Amino acid sequence: MSEPKIDGFELKPGFKGMASDTASDQTMFKGVHWGKAMMWIFLLSDTFVFSCFLISYMKGRGSTPVEWPNPSEVFALEAFGVPVPLLLIALMTFVLITSSGTMAIAVKYGYEKNRKMCGWLLLATALGGLTFVGMQAYEWSKLIHEGVRPWENPFGAAQFGSFFFMITGFHGFHVSIGVIFLFIYTYKVFAGHYEKGKKGWFTKLKGDYVEIEILGLYWHFVDLVWVFIFAFFYLW
Amino acid sequence: MSDEYDNNKSYQAQSSEVMDGSTGSVNPDIDYVRPSEIGEQELYHPHSFIEKWVFCQDAKVIGVQYFLTAVFTGVVGLILSWLMRLQLGFPELAGFMTAEHYYQFVTMHGMIMVVYFLTALFLGGFGNYLIPLMVGARDMVFPYVNMLSFWMFFVAVAVLMASFFVPGGPTGAGWTLYPPQTILEGTPGAGMGILLMLISLSLFVIGFTMGGLNYMITILQARTRGMTLMRMPLTVWGIFTATVLAMLAFPALLVSAIMMTLDKVLQTSFFMPTILKAGEVLEYGGGSPILFQHLFWFFGHPEVYIVALPAFGIVSDLISVHARKNIFGYRMMVWAIVGIGALSFFVWAHHMYVSGMNPWFGFFFATTTLIIAVPTAMKVYNWILTLWRGNIRINVVMLWCLGFIVTFVNGGITGIFLGNVSVDVPLSDTYFVIAHFHMVMGIAPLMVIMGAVYHWFPLVAGKMLDEGLGKWHFWITFLGAYSIYFPMHYLGFIGVPRRYFEMYDSPYMTSAVGMNEFISIAAFIVGAAQFILIFNIIKTLKTGKKAEQNPWKANSLEWYTSTVPPEHGNFGDRLPVVHRWPYDFSVPGAKEDYIPQTTAPSEVIHTEVEKT
Repeated sequence: MSEPKIDGFELKPGFKGMASDTASDQTMFKGVHWGKAMMWIFLLSDTFVFSCFLISYMKGRGSTPVEWPNPSEVFALEAFGVPVPLLLIALMTFVLITSSGTMAIAVKYGYEKNRKMCGWLLLATALGGLTFVGMQAYEWSKLIHEGVRPWENPFGAAQFGSFFFMITGFHGFHVSIGVIFLFIYTYKVFAGHYEKGKKGWFTKLKGDYVEIEILGLYWHFVDLVWVFIFAFFYLW
Repeated sequence: MSDEYDNNKSYQAQSSEVMDGSTGSVNPDIDYVRPSEIGEQELYHPHSFIEKWVFCQDAKVIGVQYFLTAVFTGVVGLILSWLMRLQLGFPELAGFMTAEHYYQFVTMHGMIMVVYFLTALFLGGFGNYLIPLMVGARDMVFPYVNMLSFWMFFVAVAVLMASFFVPGGPTGAGWTLYPPQTILEGTPGAGMGILLMLISLSLFVIGFTMGGLNYMITILQARTRGMTLMRMPLTVWGIFTATVLAMLAFPALLVSAIMMTLDKVLQTSFFMPTILKAGEVLEYGGGSPILFQHLFWFFGHPEVYIVALPAFGIVSDLISVHARKNIFGYRMMVWAIVGIGALSFFVWAHHMYVSGMNPWFGFFFATTTLIIAVPTAMKVYNWILTLWRGNIRINVVMLWCLGFIVTFVNGGITGIFLGNVSVDVPLSDTYFVIAHFHMVMGIAPLMVIMGAVYHWFPLVAGKMLDEGLGKWHFWITFLGAYSIYFPMHYLGFIGVPRRYFEMYDSPYMTSAVGMNEFISIAAFIVGAAQFILIFNIIKTLKTGKKAEQNPWKANSLEWYTSTVPPEHGNFGDRLPVVHRWPYDFSVPGAKEDYIPQTTAPSEVIHTEVEKT
């Protein structure tokens, strides 16, 4: 059995393979699409953005002289007359993680050139994201209604409101961008742009189903960040 | 411009002259290079004047656009420094200037020079122009995003410049923008000025991210056949590592800018502690000003190396070409660049020794800071050893390189002073600090930029810059820069504080006044001398001598394009195939004193060529 090859280049497994890929000419990540590599590096940079936000939040929470509000009380939702802690957040998280699942299957069908399934699953993902943003808007309006503002907060430290609106807002902005692109790509897939070799609106270059995977990377990242926000903001 | 390179034709990257090594078993071909695995890049060719010169997707045009925009901001920064020196040296002539104006000039000079001038020039300018050419690519991998990157930068510059014209003027908080005073009433430009600064910085980060992704992927995934990472010119290594730093450091700047914008606009208190003003408690309270300093310097220190590493890389190439000798310790140079880049993320708090942090924290950061001196010193030794017994050509480019080495060593040594907590504390916020960082990250990288301009101008414009004017430019700048910054070390030692509008009744009023006048005069002359270069460029473009292809007899790919200056697509209808590193100079046994990267091994079989 010989190892798999790319254009005469032998791909080896493990650390040895990594070293020989790195030492080779042309590409460092063998067979990886440019756009995909770009998205990974962008996400690395974006990880630093969210890390800076979350570390600032920890520092801010640690240094404020006023007591931090109890998240399970602030984020409780009344269901059938009983306040259930984190009910809405649990639902939001469920919807978002589910949309990650549909996204992953969409990528699979995309590579199988199953245009219909890929399109429907992208649409489902987009709707999941839209639901998430909608629920977040509801949560914001509920908190604002209760008197929480970026600059003040009736439950305790003012920084609670500041960090909450900033970080969830920044994450929600990411989700919204993702939803917009999901709708665009749903259209592109249903319209068969990849099969027809239609050129992009801006880049004037032909696309490929790998774009669905790149969008998927972004979408999974946004979900993963949400898990961290969930842990640090709602569970701590 | 002829644009005959036709994209619709499919180019066979597998050339017929390359034999397959696995089948030719009788006489294994030493010239064998693996076939292309990336295929031909699809390029969008411009169809109109606007697409060709304004909203252009060609990395070379984008590089020149970046360069010119950055130079424009640099001239603004230069004029601001003149105004500051006028106030410091000859306050009686600067009656029009108030203390507020002075602080605004200090702030804008610092921010413009570090971010909008040096960073944009090295990464946006040289990066865009040189990366695709040096690694043998047709263009950046995402030309459209690359174009957006420049225009985002352009808008960022426009917003920054707009802050000069808003009510209250630009921010005067110092380029570090430390809260709480940055956004409080009483600081110049605390209204619109700081807001525009923060917006401009955010736009810069977004624009840079788009460019940086291009630089990284082009280097990692779009090299030509035979171009391994360890065959890349050090210029590419320097720009690459600086880009990695920028991708990881700019997020901290973006986050701190967003948080401070919210502090300003929505009265949040991320960075704002409880503040008493004229006996009244302000709305703010409970925030942490130190948090901003950490975020800012987590960006700010890598930023120093974002400027320095491309300079290190470029100067290595220039020295090697103009000393006709291979770079001493190429691999060591690469690892030093990477090592400095990695270490630069662990030293940020040495800017904060006087912020009141735990002394043990300072001890840690002093240690890491001094460790950086090791790879840096290795680089300096290697530059000197490259020169040693080289066939040195004392032309303008080499003069700038030599100037760089001297200046850089000078600024580096004062850095060792400032890296130690106990020495730094008394020198903090004095002119010694000014002298240090201007030497090490102002003048030294600028010398490299100048050398690079004289070196690559024949490639970009096809004409040779005037050597005589270049020598005037160099000597006035070099001697003048020393006249400016050497005395500042002394001013720092006697304790003159920096960022002071005037010295009032302090003893410095008498003891430092003569020296300040001297420094100011030198600053005026050095600033004016920079216009020699602009004059030289205009003169050369009009009447200059036409450059031959590869006038410096260099080896790297940018000199082996199908036309000079290179056109869209860079290399005509076939990409070059690389067989060696770009430093095969003065190889014993070779006919010429240089062997281009594209020369096949069979052509130089009887020479003592390095195996790379």
